[in-house]
Parts: sequence; C-alpha cells; structure tokens
Amino acid sequence: MRILNRDLVCRQAVALVTDYLDDALSRRQRRRFEAHLRNCPNCSRYLEQIRLTIDTVGHVEPETLDPDVKNELIDLYRRYNEE
Amino acid sequence: MEEELVDRLRKRDEDAFAVLVERYHMPMVRLALTFVPNRSVAEEVVQDTWIGVIRGIDRFERRSSLKTWMFRILVNRARKTGTRERRTISVADVDITDSNHFSSDGSWSPPPAPWTDDVIDRLFASAVSERLRIAIDKLPPTQCQVVTLRDVERLSPQEVCDVLGITEANQRVLLHRARSQLRKTIELEIGEG
Repeated sequence: MRILNRDLVCRQAVALVTDYLDDALSRRQRRRFEAHLRNCPNCSRYLEQIRLTIDTVGHVEPETLDPDVKNELIDLYRRYNEE
Repeated sequence: MEEELVDRLRKRDEDAFAVLVERYHMPMVRLALTFVPNRSVAEEVVQDTWIGVIRGIDRFERRSSLKTWMFRILVNRARKTGTRERRTISVADVDITDSNHFSSDGSWSPPPAPWTDDVIDRLFASAVSERLRIAIDKLPPTQCQVVTLRDVERLSPQEVCDVLGITEANQRVLLHRARSQLRKTIELEIGEG
C-alpha cells in the first residue's frame, strides 16, 4: 500500500486510542485511525491490550471493609433516623 | 436495582444503607485520598459524605445515578477539606509512558510484545489485581480520579466530568495517560510471572 503523507504514524495512532474508544474522533480522524489499524498489527495489538487493561481494571477487587467501620456507620444511620 | 435502593433508603431501610456502605465505603476512601493528605482525613471526609447522603436522600432528584450523586458529594467535601495540592495538567504530568517505544519516524520500536492466552488467563488473578490497585494509587491524583471513576466504578464520561468538574477533552487526556501506565503495569507484572 502506498504511504500517503496524511497517513498516521504509530505514535499518532496510539495517541488517539482513548478518543477512539470514547467515540470522540471526527469521522475523518476515525477513518484514518481505522485505516492505520488495518495495516498495522502492532497498533492493533496495542488497542487490544488497552481493551484488556480496561477490562482488568474493571475487575480490581475492592478492599475489604472493616466490620467495625461498617457497624459505626450503621449506628450513625440509626441515630440520625431516631432524631 | 438502584431505583429500588433509593426507595428503600427513603423509607429509612437499614439494610439498604448497609448495602450502600458495603459497596461504596472503601472506593470512596480511596478516591478521597487523592484529594487529602492522609488516610484519617480521608476517612473523615467519607464519614461526612455518608452524613450528606443520609440527610440528602429525600432531596436526591434522580437526575443522575445514585453513585454519581454520592461521588459528587464526596468530591465537593474532599475539595473543601483537601490540603493536598490540587493538580491540573502540568508539564510534569506529560506522558512519557509510551514515548520511548517509538523511533524517530514515529513507528514502534520495540513493538508491544504479544499477550498470550496464558497471560490473558492470568490477568484476573488476584496478584495482578493487587498490583493494579497499587499502580492506580500511585498515579498522579487527577489521573487516579478519572481512571477510578471511569474504569473501576464504570461511570460514563459525562458522569466523570460532572463529578470532577472537568471537560470531556481533559477527562480523555487523563484517562489516556492512566490507561497507558496501567497497561505497562500489567505488561511488567505478567512479564515477571
């Protein structure tokens, strides 16, 4: 494929990943981005890894809540409702 | 489910409050920590937020989700209390995460290493989860706030902007930096294993 001046280089494509995922690119930018991805296994891999990162971060387990803290808050709730 | 929870809270249902505390207390402490200097101040801010939630639930208009409303209360209180320097995007924040992966013509050098199926299977293991939690906390505060609300708490971009009072473009810049850093954390973690 002929490389045109307006084609994105990888560094530029990577910078657009979040905008792409948030659907914040203009139609033209989106077309250029997707055209780059079709021809670039590295950037496709990067995008896939960012997707996996988002998925993994979404599954980070919350810290355990200290039962004493929980009970104190429920006491607070009770007191407030009795007022 | 959330609708029902709000209804129950308005009827002063203690179990509903317990569900809320169980689900949101620790995430709120972690978020508060990005605004205030230490854990005990963060705990105070969150306690204060719970009081705000209890007092305000009758006035909650459901124009936003309950979660977004609670985080907004938290952020407002944390900002009033916070002595931690409030960060805007500064030169020091400029992303260097991926810049050393490119050659002068802008192509990858070296390219990102593949994540094999074996690696992907391990992503959800608790060791990776723990490392990620530490890595999220180590991000610059504004990046930590955005990625926590977006990717951990799954708020929409608009909700995040609403809670933090930032523009969507700013939100995306911070999110982009945070995600590239966390991708790198995963890469290092799985590379070691």
